[in-house]
Amino acid sequence: MPEFEPVLLARVGKPDSALLETYLRDGGYEGFKKALAMPPVDVINVVKGSGLRGRGGAGFPTGLKWTFLPKDHPGPIYLAINADESEPSTFNNRILMEEDPHQVLEGIAISCYAIKSKTAYLYLRYEYGRSYRVLKKAVEDCYAQGIFGKNIFGSGFDLDVVLHRGAAAYICGEETGLIESLEGKRAWPRIKPPFPAIEGLFRKPTIVNNIETMACVKQILDKGADWFKSLGIPPDPNNPRDAGSYGPKLYCISGHVNKPGCVELPMGITARRLIDDHGGGVWKGRTAKAVVPGGISMGFLSASELDTPLDFNGPGKVGCLGLGTAAITVIDDQTSMVDVLFNCARFFAHESCGQCTPCREGTAWMHKILHRIRMGEGQMRDLDLLTEVAASMGIIPGTTICGLSDGAAWPIKNAIKKFRPEFEEYITTGKKTVKPCESLMGAH
Amino acid sequence: MAVLSDELRNEIRAQFPKYPNKQAVVLPALHLVQDSLRHVSIQAVREIAELLELHPSEVHDTMSFYQFFKDEKHPLGKHRVWVCRSISCMLRGGEELLQHMCERLHVHPGQTSADGKVTMEFAECLGACEGAPCVLVDDEAHMNITPEKADELLKNL
Repeated sequence: MPEFEPVLLARVGKPDSALLETYLRDGGYEGFKKALAMPPVDVINVVKGSGLRGRGGAGFPTGLKWTFLPKDHPGPIYLAINADESEPSTFNNRILMEEDPHQVLEGIAISCYAIKSKTAYLYLRYEYGRSYRVLKKAVEDCYAQGIFGKNIFGSGFDLDVVLHRGAAAYICGEETGLIESLEGKRAWPRIKPPFPAIEGLFRKPTIVNNIETMACVKQILDKGADWFKSLGIPPDPNNPRDAGSYGPKLYCISGHVNKPGCVELPMGITARRLIDDHGGGVWKGRTAKAVVPGGISMGFLSASELDTPLDFNGPGKVGCLGLGTAAITVIDDQTSMVDVLFNCARFFAHESCGQCTPCREGTAWMHKILHRIRMGEGQMRDLDLLTEVAASMGIIPGTTICGLSDGAAWPIKNAIKKFRPEFEEYITTGKKTVKPCESLMGAH
Repeated sequence: MAVLSDELRNEIRAQFPKYPNKQAVVLPALHLVQDSLRHVSIQAVREIAELLELHPSEVHDTMSFYQFFKDEKHPLGKHRVWVCRSISCMLRGGEELLQHMCERLHVHPGQTSADGKVTMEFAECLGACEGAPCVLVDDEAHMNITPEKADELLKNL
């Protein structure tokens, strides 16, 4: 197979890739001009026809989401961009924003035109200070050049893009948590329906899309829906609900590899090839014991599952929650899965927003039980207790408002199912792996 | 006595046109106040509420949700240094790095060094996992931080 030429990352690493003048020299904002010459509904149809599915984690078809907006709405309609990238191990959106902000902004401009929105709010996690400064300059330059503002390129279309910084809370990546946060409230996710497309930001119809999705929209307008569909994996004929996994995808590789980084590949590469061909192999000559397929809320692939294709369907076939953010974390054979799982549980206990009792209490108890096990005080029945708590929380059992809880439960479910003998051995031998430095972090 | 300067008030007011209502300015206002005063006191909350035409409890409700904002009992030092403890950094020594930096400054996470220069904190995933372990100084990420590099970072603050 010939080597894949990156598209989303094509400009990343080039000199001055973040500047408007280099972007324009490379044919930037031509896709936006092309879109402005089309009726908005045609733009939606191009995106729909490409098969693009949201890159934020849930994989909902982008064009279809756009059609859920009420017809002939008098406005305002909002586009809220989710740049609260906080799923552990995920950094692809940060790279796009820092290195090629105009690709993202062009995607935003095209999307706003398509959905008839005159205002886009880009909700950016606070920790991405560099992204903020790069985007701020990029947005200002766009206003100065008439790419944003009133009557853009004489088309009569007006667009404002507002950067809004978060305050270090994972839950703001949940689309209705993000909306509440943007409205100046605590980021408690909303009960759906109504979905944001009907009643979202400031109680108006709102589309929430991810940064990488925006970059894909720009490329689809430039290169066409057929190009996008020529990459990736078509729908599984045995699964009538599968919408396919088309297009290029940014995969993040981190953890115990020689060469951590972000690579762009057609959807469907396996975890093994990502590690060996793109991550420089497992570090220190070791082997991988487990791999997180797409952020910790997706669970774990065991060593025998590394040939699973990382498309929207692959991870689910081996019991993971899904593809998630397509950020793989490699865990080597010298690492205790008990320690890894404790780290995941601590994360969710810290980040549960506290609104729904099963999640607030469930994440806290899973964290406590795993702490007890790591103090050498675990009992065999703790493993079933963990599984029981995990099974009782989330949208899937129907006990919580948002999916954070399902994501908190999944690594527990996967780890205890796939690595149970290791957990049992840990408990029976009375092992203790708590490090002195951890006591610094207290209860959470 | 008012704690928000006229300049700060004007910066907050400058946010109004970006949003259809003033409540949406709560987070931007809290950021502006904390950046400048290094904490958000209850008096500052009252003054923000007055500017945004909200009840102080509405501003406080939002502020208290984000542990990011600190009240007058927990003011921040001149700089805020976060060490990531989430999975990718943990796998590559993030927690040991946190201990090292805390020992250097003789603080626990959440505390400020005696000279008032640095507030040390742990963070959940900072989104710089290709450079684990990673440290955020104020809002700028520093990657592949060894204990030696950490000492250097602290020295230069």
